[in-house]
Amino acid sequence: MRPGFAGVTGVMAVMPLANVNTDAIIPSAWLRTARADFGKGLFGSQRYGADGRERPEFVLNRAPFRHAKILLADENFGCGSSREAAVWALAQFGIRCVLAPSFADIFYENAFRNGLLVAKIDAASYLALAAAVDRHGQDPIFIVDLPAGTVTGPDGARFPFAVPAARAAALIRGDDEIDMTLHHAGDIEAYHAAAAATHPWLYAGTDTAEIAP
Amino acid sequence: MPGDRLSAAAEPTTAFDKIWNAHLVKTLDDGRDLVFVDRHILQETTSAPAFDGLERSRRRVRHPELTVATQDHIVSTEPGRDERSNPVGRELLDLMRSNSDAHRIRIFGVDDPRQGIVHVIGPELGLALPGCLLACGDSHTSTVGGLGALGIGVGTSEVEHVLATQTLALTRPRNMRVRFEGTVGPGVTAKDLILRAIGQLGIAAGQGCAVEYAGDAIRALPVEARLTLCNMSIELGARLGLVAPDETTIEYVRGREFAPAGRDFEQAAAEWRSLTSDAAARFERDFVVDCAAISPQVTWGTSPQDVAGVDECVPDPAGFGDAKRRDLAAAAIRYMGLEPGMKIEGIPIDVAFIGSCTNSRLADLEAAATIVRGRRVAGHVRALVVPGSTSVRHAAEALGLDRIFRDAGFEWRDAGCSMCVSVNEDVVPSGARCIATTNRNFENRQGPGSRTHLASPAMVAAAAIAGRITDLRKGSGT
Repeated sequence: MRPGFAGVTGVMAVMPLANVNTDAIIPSAWLRTARADFGKGLFGSQRYGADGRERPEFVLNRAPFRHAKILLADENFGCGSSREAAVWALAQFGIRCVLAPSFADIFYENAFRNGLLVAKIDAASYLALAAAVDRHGQDPIFIVDLPAGTVTGPDGARFPFAVPAARAAALIRGDDEIDMTLHHAGDIEAYHAAAAATHPWLYAGTDTAEIAP
Repeated sequence: MPGDRLSAAAEPTTAFDKIWNAHLVKTLDDGRDLVFVDRHILQETTSAPAFDGLERSRRRVRHPELTVATQDHIVSTEPGRDERSNPVGRELLDLMRSNSDAHRIRIFGVDDPRQGIVHVIGPELGLALPGCLLACGDSHTSTVGGLGALGIGVGTSEVEHVLATQTLALTRPRNMRVRFEGTVGPGVTAKDLILRAIGQLGIAAGQGCAVEYAGDAIRALPVEARLTLCNMSIELGARLGLVAPDETTIEYVRGREFAPAGRDFEQAAAEWRSLTSDAAARFERDFVVDCAAISPQVTWGTSPQDVAGVDECVPDPAGFGDAKRRDLAAAAIRYMGLEPGMKIEGIPIDVAFIGSCTNSRLADLEAAATIVRGRRVAGHVRALVVPGSTSVRHAAEALGLDRIFRDAGFEWRDAGCSMCVSVNEDVVPSGARCIATTNRNFENRQGPGSRTHLASPAMVAAAAIAGRITDLRKGSGT
């Protein structure tokens, strides 16, 4: 089990770009070891200069956004590589929720499996939320309420977001996907036995007797 | 309900739905489908935490016999390399080996003649078969769609999920089709077809979809070219892509190491022949690409959709109607060090890279060698060929292709992902411009500050010789 997640209250930062790819979220330099400091590597190519120092103009290097818990981005966020380190980097930095008009498929799946809320908003809400962050630049505190499916700005304006109901419930409970699937272990083995009987050729040549224990 | 199932079977069905339905264990309460994974291929950069997770939760690998591991991403490609050659990669390479050994998973490591890029060895060894469902912790798993398989790229949590359950819980992808109509011109390859489709439809066109590539132009492609086409389905935003199997596919699979043999093979082939879309099958999204309008493609920006014919110009961002696209294009052109309106042909290059899961198979190397034979790489250019697998390297060497490349001044390296993902030592220097047969031209993709132009193997070879991007149809490279 993971801890359940019902919402987050905190600073919202804006990445006002479409098609932010996972190479940008976590550059390949951070993928060379099993346990890198992914939070430090988040948006590494934009966050640091060639000398390794922070670029002060990058949003996550500025107060109050260096403590952001919510990220607002434009459409097709997380496109490109399947690297789950993109999600780990956001989570380890402290981001608990990404709001965007759309997400790339693999990133979207990876996020749910790490308790990172990825919520879809419409284009008008995207613009309104970005404007609200601008207006409240010193104190851009937003409230994400997962059961209600809303995000509320500092001035009380409330915007709906979309998360499939069953996925939201699983996040709130903190379901472990593998545990959930293993409840169906009987069905899985029945499927496999039936497939092996009707399609023996599919599994011919795959036995591992030749591999030394 | 059986009645429903029968009437559903009588409905016109797409090739994708036929294969998906055959893998359906059950539909879950949340509406997602639990599908059985016939083959699971592991690579070293996305699997170590999955094994940690298994051990923490005291789970076992459910079907080690359906699981295969290789080492491709972080391996050195230095000729004569071994597992120790790239010190930075040792930890992940060691973990891939020790985890495979501990769980009795077959591993094709750097010392094995069957080693290579996951998406190259899957089809090559007959691990990927028509109509099978294959998962791998890598987005380009869609490559195996070239055989009519469902290749599903996943993250590390789902790698662990497959290890523990041999299934994936997924939202059923929607059906999309891209039909390539008309005659393909000279010098135009599968790489150009898919780049053009991405340019025309955009990098999010396939979101949530399984894309079937159809049309006479696709039927005429050999399997290796179909693998290239399906490889870049992810750059179209799709969950996966496929070409329905036909006789070309069946002949490709026959005799491969892990493919069924003898009577098994004939039984399998009969079934594979049925995995085509019914004539009246419905596609939620259906597009046509006009092949006659396609010239060899080259990207000019930092997204695969930033692409044009080699005979065209870098666009003026002002010409994009959409404001977002305008801003992205302007930023991309700046990053690439280009100017709006300049001709793509003639852009000088510093590095030429032939390799990656997109274009590193024997036919790709042969196409490049045809251009290179008897010529020299331009003096200022670093040119590399990295075969997609050790067996591709051996086959190419048996044909003498290594000599052709070496004599021309190319480096002839050992198999791996190399300069496509740049997690090993193969990196494009900051500010340098590389023309590459790879699949992603993102900022910093080939190394910090690197600039990437995507193109076909023959186009990359021609550019290496000329020292600048050149239209191979004009014979400047031949």
